[in-house]
Amino acid sequence: MTEFTPLSALLGGALIGCGAVWLLLLNGRIAGISGIASQLLAKPNGDWWWRLAFVAGLIAAPLLFFKPAQVPDLSGHSDLLVIVAGLLVGIGTKIGSGCTSGHGICGMARLSKRSIIATLVFMATAIVVVAVQRLL
Amino acid sequence: MKYASLLSSASALMSGLLFGAGLMVSEMVNPAKVIGFLDIFGHWDPSLAFTMAGALAVYAPVYWLLVRRRSDSMLAQPIQIPNNREIDCPLLIGAILFGAGWGLAGICPGPALTMLSSLQQPIVLFVVAMFAGFWLAPRWLSLLGKATSS
Repeated sequence: MTEFTPLSALLGGALIGCGAVWLLLLNGRIAGISGIASQLLAKPNGDWWWRLAFVAGLIAAPLLFFKPAQVPDLSGHSDLLVIVAGLLVGIGTKIGSGCTSGHGICGMARLSKRSIIATLVFMATAIVVVAVQRLL
Repeated sequence: MKYASLLSSASALMSGLLFGAGLMVSEMVNPAKVIGFLDIFGHWDPSLAFTMAGALAVYAPVYWLLVRRRSDSMLAQPIQIPNNREIDCPLLIGAILFGAGWGLAGICPGPALTMLSSLQQPIVLFVVAMFAGFWLAPRWLSLLGKATSS
């Protein structure tokens, strides 16, 4: 059980929005993290380095601005669970062309029909999976 | 690396830092927080709905008022926005698979990368599996395409 934290959630969301807006205004790109990360597997070309830099920023953010204690402890997660979940997230976002950032924020804000449908479907699926896990 | 590429990389680095900081402040990086948000039939913690609202409140006006009619970004790069409007099978199946993985562990791609610097074993395994998924997906799709066309 976690506490209701509307203010930090809203502030963090606004920061996420600022990061996404920055990439749109300056680089002309959608901040879709699964897309950006997955294309790092392609051969480096002129369009590769900004993706690496964006991912480096994501990774470095906690080291630069936060204390190690602020990073959640994941020791309760079993190896099998994270491997299965990671595979599903990788395959699903690749086939479905986006994740929480690309569809859920950038696409929803543009009122893209594809992104609105995708977001509703992955939210609904995740809600069902969590509900089923509670029953087990 | 050319000057333009260096400039766009520096800009993308700033964007990633801001985005990652937002994931930390909002606690999107905390799987327990995510599971609590998805647990609408149990002890529901609606906090992350505010995160989505905050991000949309910043992004939507900038897109609609400043970006939509422009063709080039402030760094003189083409603005590249997806224009596919078709609701197809890959979109739906992909969203279902992603949703299942997200619900299982409470981790999506952004938080996975942001937490990677902690080097905890579960997050390293998750990120390796996620990249394996990125690599496998197009290969499976092309196999599927060959199977159905032959």
